[in-house]
Amino acid sequence: MRIAVCVKQVPDTTEVKIDPKTGTLIREGVPSIINPFDQFAVEEAVRLRDAAGGGEVIAISMGPPQARSVLVHSMALGADRGVLLCDRGFAGADTWATALSLSLAIKKLGEFDLVLCGMQAIDGDTAQVGPELAQLLSLPQITYVDKVEIEGRKVVARRQLDEGYEVVEARMPALLTLMTPSDFVPTNPPFSKISRAQKKPLDTWGICDVGGDPEKLGLKGSFTTVTRVYTPPKREKAVMLEGTPTEIARKLADVLAKEGFI
Amino acid sequence: MTEPIQVNFEKCTGCGLCSKSCPFGAITIVEKKARIGELCTLCSACVQICPVQAITIERREVKVDLSLYRDVWVVTEVGEGCMKGVSFELLGKARELAAELGQKVCALLLGHGVRQYTDSLAEYGADVVYLAESEALARYTTDAYSPVISGLIAKHKPNIVLFPATRMGRDLAPRVAATLGLGLTADCTGLSIKDGMLLQTRPAFGGNIMADILCPYTRPQMATVRPNVMPKPEPQRGRRAEVVEVPVKLDPKSARVHLREQVRTCAAGGKKIDEADVVVTGGRGACDANGFELLQALADELGGVVGASRVAIDLGKKPKSVQVGQSGITVSPKLYIACGVSGAIQHTVGMRGSKLVIAVNTDPGAPIFEFAQYGVVGDLFQIVPALTEEIRRRKACK
Ligand SMILES: Cc1cc2nc3c(=O)[nH]c(=O)nc-3n(C[C@H](O)[C@H](O)[C@H](O)COP(=O)(O)OP(=O)(O)OC[C@H]3O[C@@H](n4cnc5c(N)ncnc54)[C@H](O)[C@@H]3O)c2cc1C
Ligand SMILES: Cc1cc2nc3c(=O)[nH]c(=O)nc-3n(C[C@H](O)[C@H](O)[C@H](O)COP(=O)(O)OP(=O)(O)OC[C@H]3O[C@@H](n4cnc5c(N)ncnc54)[C@H](O)[C@@H]3O)c2cc1C
Ligand code: SF4
Ligand code: SF4
Repeated sequence: MRIAVCVKQVPDTTEVKIDPKTGTLIREGVPSIINPFDQFAVEEAVRLRDAAGGGEVIAISMGPPQARSVLVHSMALGADRGVLLCDRGFAGADTWATALSLSLAIKKLGEFDLVLCGMQAIDGDTAQVGPELAQLLSLPQITYVDKVEIEGRKVVARRQLDEGYEVVEARMPALLTLMTPSDFVPTNPPFSKISRAQKKPLDTWGICDVGGDPEKLGLKGSFTTVTRVYTPPKREKAVMLEGTPTEIARKLADVLAKEGFI
Repeated sequence: MTEPIQVNFEKCTGCGLCSKSCPFGAITIVEKKARIGELCTLCSACVQICPVQAITIERREVKVDLSLYRDVWVVTEVGEGCMKGVSFELLGKARELAAELGQKVCALLLGHGVRQYTDSLAEYGADVVYLAESEALARYTTDAYSPVISGLIAKHKPNIVLFPATRMGRDLAPRVAATLGLGLTADCTGLSIKDGMLLQTRPAFGGNIMADILCPYTRPQMATVRPNVMPKPEPQRGRRAEVVEVPVKLDPKSARVHLREQVRTCAAGGKKIDEADVVVTGGRGACDANGFELLQALADELGGVVGASRVAIDLGKKPKSVQVGQSGITVSPKLYIACGVSGAIQHTVGMRGSKLVIAVNTDPGAPIFEFAQYGVVGDLFQIVPALTEEIRRRKACK
């Protein structure tokens, strides 16, 4: 069983706060973490490899040099090796250029039974890289998967729908995007595993290494451009209602009556 | 390769504004000049903030004739025996955009036994309906829908294509975008025309920041839009559309993903949480004892439904289908009452669009109060039953 897992390094958006005075993002001290959905993907890849009785799990990330840490983390979770796509020419990629870069790396690495992605990254929040990558690799895709098993040459996955879920099967190779099931508890690898992971093979590839055309990657290859980023307009602070529960209930009911709810 | 982002040191005054504005912490001020490090993602936040225009980002050139592309398309989605509301919301937006551009609105309708919906698509704003009727399209699958839609786009060259940001749309739109080599903007909350182009506004960073995005180089300009963020237009009864039949020849062997089992669920009580006018949501604070029963009683009194934070779902108090937030459902009811919900970003992105928000929380510092018009610092186990009782009393007096 040979599995490629795409992992992205993201700022921990639960830690990102907005400066109440200036309205700008406070990113000081915000840790960079592995995208939570990708952690689940890595753990599933390792489990599936082991259940299949062996194989190889390769974690791939595109990002600045410090994105190395998410690959080390992935290897501490059990991935066999890591590949970091790191080149200023990759920077500024939109989802298309990101998917194209990842597809070049995956093709260079050879044949895979499965390619796993997270459902979405918690910074860009687009959920587009997985399906775009599937198309570029000409693979069938199964998105929003929270449960996956292998039966012979088939992958069987439970995917969440807007209402309910469905269980589908596909012949491998296939690409899956994973969402964490609500009972998932991420593994915190112990120090011993992290230090062992430091010794696993980790390659760093630039545009030339993957045989890419610099005109088609990074910012130059992107079709979308971000023209402005800003903090969303703040709402006015709530009117606080005080008193005993009965008094508060009366005041709330007045509001609801005024707005036509009762 | 030269860096696409450059700082003009002659202009730069070292004021440091850019460094503060960079969401990725990529800028340091060295010897009173801005230096851009490798963390830079070329997001352009610094370019706009610099008071002396010292930072520039070089972009690619336009190579195709963009004026050949016309009309605003909406990919519609059919639910269980009905047209999904988001299809009408998108048609409303498409009408607005098309009117400004002097172009037509076209709806794409794919499925089996869906011809019946062409009239309502016309009433909600479609001038043309592309109808692809086939047994092979009865259930949404990537392998069937993506080539049909990619083919239509390649043939008719629309200017703009809008997809619903539902599970279906978010599976489909990027597949189509990658097939045709097009840009795609995710989860837009605002769409308008600026200098003839589609200005797409969307949240990122879990709703912490907003971004304006353009697709300057390719056509069509494509975007996904979440349900409940655009208002549903008033239908114009009797309005007609031209129906264009799209012949579908799908090789059954081309399907690579096969269905084994499907389970459809709905929020208890039938009404779906993203369609309700009133949502009463409970968080961890409501997970003790009979907290959710109290919320249900209040919701019943107001004709609403009960929602939950992810914590409450994880504790098994409510099914996943009523989870409000980033990894749940986006709601925009007329009234949202949050009880024992702290207001974490992942939660508030899912309820920001609500018209009137009331929050009850024992902690006066809870962030949810920043999203509420009315706040109560208090114990929901006292406040909620008192309010339910008060509403009952008033209704009885009417
Ligand atoms: C404010 C802002 C808004 C943006 N909006 C858009 C937009 O609307 N459309 C658009 O095309 N681009 C957009 N971008 C660019 C987009 O964020 C980047 O292209 C990003 O590299 C990939 O998108 P994502 O983070 O949304 O990933 P998603 O598509 O949400 O990620 C899904 C999965 O893909 C894999 N993956 C994604 N990125 C990487 C990576 N670098 N390395 C390894 N695996 C990865 C992971 O498995 C991840 O779980 C935006 C950027 C910013 C800063
Ligand atoms: C990738 C990711 C995705 C996520 N997606 C979602 C999502 O879709 N939706 C979501 O909701 N969360 C989501 N979360 C989780 C989110 O970060 C928060 O952990 C969660 O929203 C907190 O839920 P809560 O407000 O119920 O609980 P808490 O944060 O524990 O807050 C409980 C609140 O109740 C108050 N309280 C306690 N007792 C009472 C009482 N008797 N009366 C009144 N108030 C009381 C407390 O003061 C406190 O403010 C996600 C997290 C991640 C990392
Ligand atoms: S904002 Fe402009 S002038 Fe100020 S430090 Fe940055 S580049 Fe220089
Ligand atoms: S373009 Fe964005 S990421 Fe790059 S330096 Fe400017 S603000 Fe930072």
